[in-house]
Amino acid sequence: MNLFFQQIINGLTLGSIYGLVALGLTLVYGILHIPNFAHGALYMVGAFMSYFFMVDLGVHYWVAMAGSAAVVAILGILCERLVFHPLRNSPPIHDKIAAIGVLLFLEATIQMFWGSDFRRMSSPFTGIMNFDGLIIPEQRLLIIVGAFTLVIGLQLFLRKTMTGATIIAMAQSREGAFLVGIDSNRVAMMTFGISGALAAVAASLYAPINLVYPAMGHLVIMKAFVIIILGGMGSVPGAIVGGMIIGFAEAFGGFYISTAYKDIIAFGLLVLILSARPQGLFAKGAH
Amino acid sequence: MLFKLGSFFMKPGAKMALLALAIVFPALASNEYQVYVMASAFVWAIAVYGLNIITGYCGQLNLAHGGFFAIGAYTLGLLTSDAGWSFWPAFVAALLVTAVLGFLVGVVSLRLKEHYFAIFTLCVGFIIYLLMDKWEELTHGPVGVRDIAAPYGFGVVDFTETTPFYYLVLAFLVFSIWFMGRLSRSLLGRTFIAIRNGDELAQSLGINLMRNKVLAFVLSTTYAGLAGALYAGMVRFIGPEEANIIHTFDMITYLLVGGIGTLTGPLLGTISIVWITQSLQFLEEYRMILFGPLLVVLVIFFPRGITGQFLTWMHHKAQTLSPAKKEKASKVQTATSGEVKNNA
Repeated sequence: MNLFFQQIINGLTLGSIYGLVALGLTLVYGILHIPNFAHGALYMVGAFMSYFFMVDLGVHYWVAMAGSAAVVAILGILCERLVFHPLRNSPPIHDKIAAIGVLLFLEATIQMFWGSDFRRMSSPFTGIMNFDGLIIPEQRLLIIVGAFTLVIGLQLFLRKTMTGATIIAMAQSREGAFLVGIDSNRVAMMTFGISGALAAVAASLYAPINLVYPAMGHLVIMKAFVIIILGGMGSVPGAIVGGMIIGFAEAFGGFYISTAYKDIIAFGLLVLILSARPQGLFAKGAH
Repeated sequence: MLFKLGSFFMKPGAKMALLALAIVFPALASNEYQVYVMASAFVWAIAVYGLNIITGYCGQLNLAHGGFFAIGAYTLGLLTSDAGWSFWPAFVAALLVTAVLGFLVGVVSLRLKEHYFAIFTLCVGFIIYLLMDKWEELTHGPVGVRDIAAPYGFGVVDFTETTPFYYLVLAFLVFSIWFMGRLSRSLLGRTFIAIRNGDELAQSLGINLMRNKVLAFVLSTTYAGLAGALYAGMVRFIGPEEANIIHTFDMITYLLVGGIGTLTGPLLGTISIVWITQSLQFLEEYRMILFGPLLVVLVIFFPRGITGQFLTWMHHKAQTLSPAKKEKASKVQTATSGEVKNNA
């Protein structure tokens, strides 16, 4: 029974990370209709920035995380300005190829500075909490709590503030948003900024229980794509629910079925779902 | 006139000159290594021609292309090393396996549109990679496949030598380009282009979308399988890294640099980038620092690559040379620009 609860904790941890990454991806998709293949690279850069701030500059974990979020947010905004904005009227295949270009560039750049070694990043939360035999490492608890706080914060921002409402409006209808005077450039930049910051925070939270290396974004971004297809491209609650589904499927599949093949579970699920429902699980209407 | 412009590669003179150059290349090369590099560039070019069918002509970004390349290589490798087949039967089997798998994947994935298709194939490519890495009983896992047979020359030639192998690959490349040329000018090729330009419009013309897309996909995976099998016969040692997504991205770069949806593009793009990478050996690991931004700049400023840019330039030149015909030419151009693009 205890092992079962342990898997629940693992599922929640994985689901929180995947959810945060997928959230950034789905926000960008909702606004610009770009599947941002470079999002995984932003996640990876986020982890390296935290590593850089903590190990090389010696600042505290929280400060490093905030710094990394700021750097990656700016990077995201730069991507929007320099790459996706000029391509806004091009055929969709161009956006995808450009996103791949950004991904390759970021990965190679990080690899040039830090090499392709696997690195360990420690956090101040190394303790273990013991609830009557149920063991929860502090970092995992932090991930779960952190992710939930961020998601609630983001929801409040999107629903309760005027600035957040412009993002929602733009996602609902581009023309409608223009009609009421919403500045599309501002919204696009803001969305890329938020999406980058979310990726950086997710990476900084997850790095201490994982490793930091240039290819770390590959699996995560592909799973994030699976998640937003599951949850409906552009849907915020869909990204969170989808993240949890994949997180739990992996935690339980990895434990009860096969550790070696646990990474295939997400993709197998995707293949099954898309074979049966080409428009995704919860998608309403066609994009 | 415009047709001539657009068919630079179609001109018998240019074609023959290129072919002659390719034939004498081993004699001109200063060492065997250069011949080897050229042969590998040809192998990649064949795969890029495959990608061009589904992505260039048919407009569907297939991110599993490198995976099918690896399937071709693995089929040949495993059949010749573990099952003890000889090269040519295994070679035919590799083509069949990639075609059949391409059909199965195509039937499922091509029901999806645009982004969904790209993401789906990205996942398929990754599943292929994971299977090659983890399914040790079949694929030997990360160790890879050794002792792959070289093609035998029926006692006439010895393909383990670099130069004969070069000519073998060249022969396959010439056949691939010839087939592609026939395809792009056929009704089928034009059907693919119609689907790219607007699948709803194509459907309203009575084109069976699914059947044509699947056909394009199977053709493209067979090309990938052909290239993969030749690759395995050339390097004779393969590992799961052949299925790495980075190879797909490389091929997209080649295609885009040369000119997506053109006939000359894949060859031009592949050969130029392979040689640039070779001459910048120190960059090998970091080549993407250059190629990443290059991809972005290309799609923003030169979405039609070298070939497309060349055609536009030729067209402008033709127009300024004969101002009297200008108006007429521009009318013709609007009418045929679609074909000019696609027959280049």
